[in-house]
Amino acid sequence: MSENKNAYVRQVADKQYQYGFTTDVHTEIIEKGLNEDIVRLISSKKGEPTWMLDFRLKAFRYWQEQAEPKWGHVHVPFIDYQAISYYADPTAKKAEDADKLGKIDPELEKTFDKLGIPLEERLALSGNTAVDAIMDSVSVKTTFKEQLREKGVIFCSIGEAIKEYGELVQQYLGTVVPYRDNFFAALNSAVFSDGSFVYIPKGVRCPMELSSYFRINARNTGQFERTLIIADNDSYVSYLEGCTAPMRDENQLHAAIVEIVVMNNAEVKYSTVQNWYPGDENGKGGVLNLVTKRGHLRGVNSKLSWTQVETGSAITWKYPSCVLSGDNSQAEFYSVAVTNHYQQADTGTKMIHVGKNTKSTIISKGISAGRSQNSYRGLVKIGAKAEGARNYSSCDSLLLGSECGAHTFPYIDCHNNSAIVEHEATTSKISEDQLFYCNQRGIPTEEAVGLIVNGYAKDVINKLPMEFAVEAQKLLSVSLEGTVG
Amino acid sequence: MSLEQSYIDLYAANRAKLLAGAPDSLNQYRDAAMEAFSTQGFPAKKVEDYRYIDVRAAFDGKQNYSMLLKATPLTAIKGNPISVNNTELLNRYYNKVADNHDPITALNTALTQECLCIYLTKNQQLEKPIELNDIFAAGVDQMEHKRILIILEEGASAVLLLHYMTRDKYHYLATQVIEVFVGDNATLQLYELEETHTSCTRFNNVYFHMGRYATVKHNNISLFNGTTRNTIKAYLKGEFGEVTLNGCVMADKNQTVDNNTLIRHEVPNCTSHELYKYVVDEQSVGAFAGKVYVAEGAQKSVSKEVNQNICASDEARMYTQPMLEIYADDVKCSHGSTVGKLDEMALFYLRQRGIPLAEARMLLMQAFVGQVIDEIPITSLCDRLHIMIEQRLKGELDQCVGCARCNK
Repeated sequence: MSENKNAYVRQVADKQYQYGFTTDVHTEIIEKGLNEDIVRLISSKKGEPTWMLDFRLKAFRYWQEQAEPKWGHVHVPFIDYQAISYYADPTAKKAEDADKLGKIDPELEKTFDKLGIPLEERLALSGNTAVDAIMDSVSVKTTFKEQLREKGVIFCSIGEAIKEYGELVQQYLGTVVPYRDNFFAALNSAVFSDGSFVYIPKGVRCPMELSSYFRINARNTGQFERTLIIADNDSYVSYLEGCTAPMRDENQLHAAIVEIVVMNNAEVKYSTVQNWYPGDENGKGGVLNLVTKRGHLRGVNSKLSWTQVETGSAITWKYPSCVLSGDNSQAEFYSVAVTNHYQQADTGTKMIHVGKNTKSTIISKGISAGRSQNSYRGLVKIGAKAEGARNYSSCDSLLLGSECGAHTFPYIDCHNNSAIVEHEATTSKISEDQLFYCNQRGIPTEEAVGLIVNGYAKDVINKLPMEFAVEAQKLLSVSLEGTVG
Repeated sequence: MSLEQSYIDLYAANRAKLLAGAPDSLNQYRDAAMEAFSTQGFPAKKVEDYRYIDVRAAFDGKQNYSMLLKATPLTAIKGNPISVNNTELLNRYYNKVADNHDPITALNTALTQECLCIYLTKNQQLEKPIELNDIFAAGVDQMEHKRILIILEEGASAVLLLHYMTRDKYHYLATQVIEVFVGDNATLQLYELEETHTSCTRFNNVYFHMGRYATVKHNNISLFNGTTRNTIKAYLKGEFGEVTLNGCVMADKNQTVDNNTLIRHEVPNCTSHELYKYVVDEQSVGAFAGKVYVAEGAQKSVSKEVNQNICASDEARMYTQPMLEIYADDVKCSHGSTVGKLDEMALFYLRQRGIPLAEARMLLMQAFVGQVIDEIPITSLCDRLHIMIEQRLKGELDQCVGCARCNK
């Protein structure tokens, strides 16, 4: 059994980054560069109402005044914001082809098939996952829309939502991550293209898992997706996010925003398997993943859980955070971040306790190999009114190889005397004893490392939905291939 | 005029006097240090290392501080009658581990009036601990820039207690830089005890430079103060070095205590321990930032860092930030930090036995910080500190206990 498993891992590993192909599809790419006209152009291409354009322009003007942040424990290469095209539409051909309206370019369909994302509803294996597939700047297709609509669930691309559910979007967009939040949030707010919009009405338990799949295809573009999830009172949704990109020598920019609003007694589970192209083994190319993700637990007894498996990207700079405003609200953050070769990751979370009796849990597992740098950075803030707040954080780092680095930067700000905050962290390599134990029982070193690493990450992987958990486990083994010996 | 400019001008105006009163060994670094200070300026709150303390407010000059410009001659405590060439010693060690990257250190290097030097020759063992009482008793609002140089040659050992006190109610603003060189196989225990008042602002930067098999135990106790910032940096430069940085803080009123520590494992096989405990009450602010840095190639490093804090009132604030930065794989490093309240069960247990709430709380707090004191291997000092903590909690700490000066 274990031999078979290992054979499979090896087979996958030999392929290296298997999602590195490009799709040859006619893509309409706007001119490179960023100025007010570009912002207006993006807005007009998407046929947006004036309030949206105003929002974008405000964000753009603010962005112009800001400087790139430097505080991360990563070396972000110089990004020429004028050398990027901010809008790439692979579906443009379809629109021109009026009689085929509603049909997707077969090339695109093939691409998503290759990625294992069936766009035809009848092909969906388990039948319980609705997908919003996004390539470059445009949502290609959203499946199961009708079934979801029957329950009152809105699941569509954000572009569509702005047109059709303008009021709802206007009410929530930018309230969790304001455009002034940070440099990349301002950039995203100015030029964001597609992303998903989810609204779960009062009392509805979303009948299937919702999922977005992001794919960068076009060259010299960046992806600026924006996702907004609103879970109204007493609702529940589990949302998954996946992403891949072709192998390219130059860095590609991905600056996304995810906003989640959780109302009274509602629960949102957000899972990510991030597998952007990490660059080659010499650190050339790869996606710069600089994202802002935040959830606002507005209602009482609300619950939000972030689970992330980070294996890709040349640079990851992301802190899925929670603002716990509602009394008795609960937030969780589970993360496995793997870095290999020259990858750099600075990731963690912020738990901001505002309401009474709020609880948060942080479990972070970092694994660094090769010459990579992996940092956990987190903030737990207990506000003066957060009576009885409780936080437990644990972040462990595992080092594989003598040239990598693992770092921990936790911040605790406590302004309340009834709160209890705990934090612990350890950093070490795989113990000789554990390896020896496995070796002694006939398990080769590499396999033993895989076994131990998987066991180490189990706490987090167990929190993922089943299909994702399997994928995540495979990814872990692949990402670490060749790190031993 | 910017805040920095007033200090630059102060230096320019008084440079001649400063130079005249101090040896060249000290003077040679002043200009460069002032230059470094003027380029950096006082750190704003945005600067990561100074995010929990408002340095600019401390130096804002609203208080009309006077400053003693005529430096007193270099003081040297020599254990053995071996003649030591002070100039040579100073040239070899002074300002060698302190660096101008910290603007406070730079300011101190430029303006320091005197340097206290403690030197132990090879294999010299100090039989009794030395207690140094640093008393603020100027009779006017005063600013001071103090400097201490401690050198332990190979195999030497010493126990030092630095006791900071105030004797009057004037305002004080002090910077202090302590440079410590601990040679191969040398052992140093350094205790710092602060017992000043709420109008006293201190910036204390301590640097340890450690050789092979060197051992340092540093214990930093803030019993009473106004605003205090301790920056403690330990550089493990020789293999098998062992450093312990402990500290406890009791703060109430509007006191602020900010301890910022760095332990740099630069070579393999070193060990470090850190234990800091805070009790913050009333409107006080406690901050702890402890970084353990393991350089590339520093294999077999072992480090354990613990920071535990109690917020005893609604308005007290506690910031904690234990950090690990690790570039070697064969290491065992851990840290833990907690912020919490007194154990309800323990309080109930005590009250059930007829102990009033206030007293029960005090007992628990005493036990909580007592853990740091218990780590001190010198029984007499340990006992004395326990008594002082008890008195501190009872609010009786008007004067210090047990030191020769008070008992007279």
